[in-house]
Amino acid sequence: MIKIKNLHKNYGNLEVLKGIDYEVKEKEVVCVIGPSGSGKSTFLRCINLLEEISDGEVFIGDVKVNDPKTDINEIRTEVGMVFQQFNLFPHMTVIDNITMAPIQVRKMAKKDAEKLALELLDKVGLQEKAYNYPEQLSGGQQQRVAIARALAMKPKVMLFDEPTSALDPEMVKEVLDVMKQLADEGMTMVIVTHEMGFAREVADRVVFMDGGYIVEEGHPEEVFGNTQNERTKSFLGKVL
Amino acid sequence: MDFFDMRWDIIWNYREMFLHGIWVTISLTICGYLGGLILGILLGLGKTSKRKWIYWPAKIYVDLFRGTPMLVQILIIHLALIPSIFGQSYGFMVSGIITLILNSGAYIAEIMRAGIESIDKGQMEAARSLGLTKNKAMIKVILPQAFRRMIPPLGNELIALLKDSSLVTVIAANDILYASKVVAGATFKIWEPYIAAAALYLILTFVLTKIITFIEKRFSNNFNPRKKNTGKKGHSQNKDEGQVAA
Repeated sequence: MIKIKNLHKNYGNLEVLKGIDYEVKEKEVVCVIGPSGSGKSTFLRCINLLEEISDGEVFIGDVKVNDPKTDINEIRTEVGMVFQQFNLFPHMTVIDNITMAPIQVRKMAKKDAEKLALELLDKVGLQEKAYNYPEQLSGGQQQRVAIARALAMKPKVMLFDEPTSALDPEMVKEVLDVMKQLADEGMTMVIVTHEMGFAREVADRVVFMDGGYIVEEGHPEEVFGNTQNERTKSFLGKVL
Repeated sequence: MDFFDMRWDIIWNYREMFLHGIWVTISLTICGYLGGLILGILLGLGKTSKRKWIYWPAKIYVDLFRGTPMLVQILIIHLALIPSIFGQSYGFMVSGIITLILNSGAYIAEIMRAGIESIDKGQMEAARSLGLTKNKAMIKVILPQAFRRMIPPLGNELIALLKDSSLVTVIAANDILYASKVVAGATFKIWEPYIAAAALYLILTFVLTKIITFIEKRFSNNFNPRKKNTGKKGHSQNKDEGQVAA
């Protein structure tokens, strides 16, 4: 589904990603963990080209993302993204947040888009908030709306960039529950997270990144239960 | 001079002239502002562009017009630019409006740029990650938010422009200030005509301030619900507590 070959990313002289090779299979849930500054978020943002790729290749399906001939907007309709800060559009109601992209990009009829939006809101348990504005919602509710908004484009892959890091502790669960449900339905997901319990429970693969490299990768039981690498061990020792 | 010996009846005798002056001032301001708004939006977008051939002309234009006095601009445009391009002058109204458009355009461009750049980067990223093109994201997501933030500075610019429009007097535009000058010249009275001019400008800016405050309140940065449809019942119980059915 996602194939990453020798991915490099520099900001000027600062090298953030130093050659990443990875493959995410269809319906796989991959959790990326690691200390801050290890390049996790940059790695994720390179997949849908929110960050320009300095060197290497990223494929989604058979399409090379960082090919000048590729229409990046089309790729992005297939790749949903959920941000740490939610990034809902504050001037639109919840339902308009969700229907905007299907109407503008997919040219969906307004009526159909609203029907779809209400279904998705029902799925994340927020149908009665459809006509509220984002600022009237709690952080957890906003993040669930953001997930619904991404799902409205019917993406093949969902990317989550620390989706619970900006939330109050009591709201983390409601967002993780929605993500878990999504994983159970077979969505391909790449999740940058600090929620180790969630990673252990839901992920098919866990990737540990440090210093711009993938240091360790494997089934969650291997990575958490039988840690090989010293750096992974010391990181897990601090967070678990 | 005897301050208590004012002859306000003189002003009343020249009321036609002052009324016409008000009319000229208002039309200059409105035409200059609306034109400036269009020019400013284009220049402001240009100044946020990453393309150098769009950015640099916009930047140089704005720096040029913000860095030189409007009085000089008026004289250059009226006496030099328009005659040498068209071979003749089209009167103070055309020159005046053109100058006001070109000048306020530069200031409004800066307001635009600041408004656009004040919107969190995540908004553009969220819109792009949904597959919107850059232009569509700008129109649907960034600009509606930026415009709300731009209302107060745009109001300031309108008031500043109204006052600056008095500079067109130097090319003999018969605005409010020009009327006072004529009255002063004809009657040798100084206080009355100029106080009258000041009072008229004050009334105009006062009215404008009231209008702007109203608009600010109406559209400012809070996105109040219009209570469109909050009472939708039937589908679910209250799931507010964040308990998602598994």
